[in-house]
This record gives sequence, C-alpha cells and structure tokens, in this order.
Amino acid sequence: MTWDTEYALSILPRLLRGLLVTIEATFAGIAIALVLGLIVAVIRYLRIPIVSHLFTFYVSFVRGTPLLVQAFAAFFILPDYGITMSALLTGILVVGVNYSAYTAEVYRAGIEDVDKGQWEATTALSLPGRPTWTRIILPQAVRKIIPVLGNYWIQMFKDVAILSAITVSELLYTAQTIGSSDYRYLEPLTLVGLLYLAVSYPAAIIVRRLERRLAFSR
Amino acid sequence: MSTIINYAPLLWQGLLVTLELLVLGSALALVIAFTAGLGRMSRHMALRAPAAIFIEVFRGTSMIVQLFWAYYALPLLGVELPAFAVGVVVLAANEGAYAAEIVRGAIQSRAAGQTEACVALGIPPAKRMRRILIPQSIPAMLPSFGNVLIDLLKNTSLVATITVLDLTFQGLTIRTSTGATTAVFTTLLVVYFILSVLLGQMMKLLERRFAIDRTAKPLRSKLASLVRSERASTGGSGT
Repeated sequence: MTWDTEYALSILPRLLRGLLVTIEATFAGIAIALVLGLIVAVIRYLRIPIVSHLFTFYVSFVRGTPLLVQAFAAFFILPDYGITMSALLTGILVVGVNYSAYTAEVYRAGIEDVDKGQWEATTALSLPGRPTWTRIILPQAVRKIIPVLGNYWIQMFKDVAILSAITVSELLYTAQTIGSSDYRYLEPLTLVGLLYLAVSYPAAIIVRRLERRLAFSR
Repeated sequence: MSTIINYAPLLWQGLLVTLELLVLGSALALVIAFTAGLGRMSRHMALRAPAAIFIEVFRGTSMIVQLFWAYYALPLLGVELPAFAVGVVVLAANEGAYAAEIVRGAIQSRAAGQTEACVALGIPPAKRMRRILIPQSIPAMLPSFGNVLIDLLKNTSLVATITVLDLTFQGLTIRTSTGATTAVFTTLLVVYFILSVLLGQMMKLLERRFAIDRTAKPLRSKLASLVRSERASTGGSGT
C-alpha cells in the first residue's frame, strides 16, 4: 500500500474537525490548569498546617503518575459513584487537573522569585493580604513565567491526544475511526502527525519570541 | 481490594514489562540524546540538518501519535516490528529528542573560556568535546535528565494502547474481568507513584555523585535509606 494523495485530501476535513476538538479541549484544559494551579501554589506558599501539606502531596502525586492512567481512572471510576459526564468533559477535567500540578510548580517558582523587598514594602505600608497578592506579588510573579506557561500549553495540546484512549473524539481518535473503517492507516496517521507539527512548531516559535521580549524589557 | 490480590501475579508481570521498557528505553534514549544533541551542534550541515529535523519532529508531535504511526502506518511502508520493540524505539526516540536539547543546552552554556583555553593549548575539537566540555556539562544535565526519566516512566503506560502487556494493560484486563475498578486504578496509580519517587531519589544520588564540588554529603546513609524505602515499597505495592 502506498500513499494516496487524493484519499488524504478527502479525509482532511474530518481530521480538521478533530483538530478543532483538540484545540477546544486544550483551551478549556489550560484555563482549569491556570486557575487551579494558582490556587494550589498560593495555598502551598501560605504554609497552612496540614492543608499545605495535602496540596504538596497532591502536586507530587499528580506529577508522579501517568496521564493515561489518570484518564482511565476518572473515566471508569466516576460513573461508579454516580457522576456521569461526557468523555470530552471528563478528558478536559483530567488534563486540567493534571496540568494544574505542573502550573502550580511554575507559579511557585515565580512567586519565590519576587524580590524580598516587595514583601517588606507591603508590610511597611501595612497593605492587607489580598491587595498584597493581587496588586503586588502576582503581577510580578506571573510576568516572568508567561513563557514557561506557554510551553506547558503546547505540551498540553500534544497530551490531549492521549484522551483518544477514553473515546474523546479529538484528532487522533478521528484518525483511528477513519483507519478502522477504511482499513487505511498510513494517510490518516501521517496527517495527524503533520497537523500536530503545523500547530505546535509555530506555537513554540511564538513562545520563544515572547520569552526573549519579556526578558529584555526588564 | 481483596479481589485483585488473586490477580497480583498478572500485575507483577505487567510491572516487569514496564520496568523492561523503562530500562531499555532510557538506555537507548541516552544514546539518541548524545547523538542528536552533538549532531545538532556540528559544523557540518549534513549532520546538523538531520539532527535538527529529528529533534523538532519528535518534540513537535505527541508520543501517542508516534506510537500509533509506528505500529499501524509503518508496516504499510514495509517496516514491521513487534509491539514491544515499537514501544522501546518510540519511547527512546521521543524522550531522546527532549534529552538531546538538554545535552545541547548544557554544553553550550559552558563558559566560553573553556573552549578558548583548549584552543590556546592546541587541544583538537573532538578531544575538547570528549575530555573537557562533556565531562563538565554532565552535572548540569543530570537534573533535567531526571525529569526526562520520570516522563519516560509515565509514558511507558502509553504502550498499552498498542497492545504491549505492560502494567497499565494488565490493569485494564483485570478491570474487565473483575469489575473492581476503584481498586485496580488505585493500585496502578500508587505503583507508578512509588516508581517515580524511587527514580527521583536515584537521580538525586547521581547528582550528588557527579557534583563538581566533591564536598558532597556522605552517600552511605542516603543509600541505606533508599534501600530501606525500596524494600518497604516492594513489600507494600503488591497488596
């Protein structure tokens, strides 16, 4: 069997629809990861007894286990406890929670990088806790870590393909469906690889450029 | 939990396959990392271009897509490998591509003075790389290599999707035949977590061993505690 361009073009629209689902899942997933990761990072930083330890364990546990197994666990276990939702929603929650452990570490690095003098100044000015975080610390912390978060975004885009294992109809799953119904795997799977490259390579270049710009404007 | 104790031998077999993938995959990944990483720094375009393309393609696509491609599409082009071999090669190529960038980054960030000193002393480029730059760069590579190694461990689970009978695959089989969903997946998650923690500790030991300043803390007590925790975990993971 050899490469058939005509056939490849005929399945391209379906694959593009799959790519759209992948991109949607990535956007929703990164939104969860950014919010949840920030909450986890701040709670860990505040060193609340027990609670902070629990979140530290949460971060290392999520980072120490495979996304595929987490996805299977959520997909099969949740319905046993009466929580039913679509595969897509389960998948989005799983990648979001999974990446929150990574973004929490990134936020932590950003927060710890903020100059000690900034904390001392907020104390000297007797600024209350909330504006200290939202107006002083976090804006400075987040600025430096934007490129790192961008890299995790790209990484998540690639990891969404793992959700095909729990029947989320994203790009790879679409290609598998086409492959098993037409008995052709070469074209769909090659196109999936090319589409992934077509999105992630330019995205990586944008992040690299962003990194340079944010680094120089200090 | 009690239902899956009967299936412990199956999980154990799966664990062994996962460990084989980990060992073979990381050994091959290390070779690929240095080949591609050094290739990308070469003065010759004929070496630099293929290395760069290899690195960008493997970093730019998902590993699960690479697995599917190598397992379902590659045979159509005449290359047919058993699923296990596909798993090892793809794991190694994928993580090797990430590690290649670590190799390159670590070597390029060595002080320019080292290179200048070599030139002044008339040390030829190949020997400069082998005897001066690479040995100096290894401590800088180790922490990132540790992350890649743990990623490799976690990614071994993906080979279950191409019918390799690893830990995840056996877990899914047991779930189908017993229905003990929560117990099976809790066990899987805990076993993977223990393995990651052990790998992390092993890398910390290596980092201390290869630290440039040898005022490193005594290894013995750390080693002893590692052995102890390993014994505890192998005692506890089966149940």
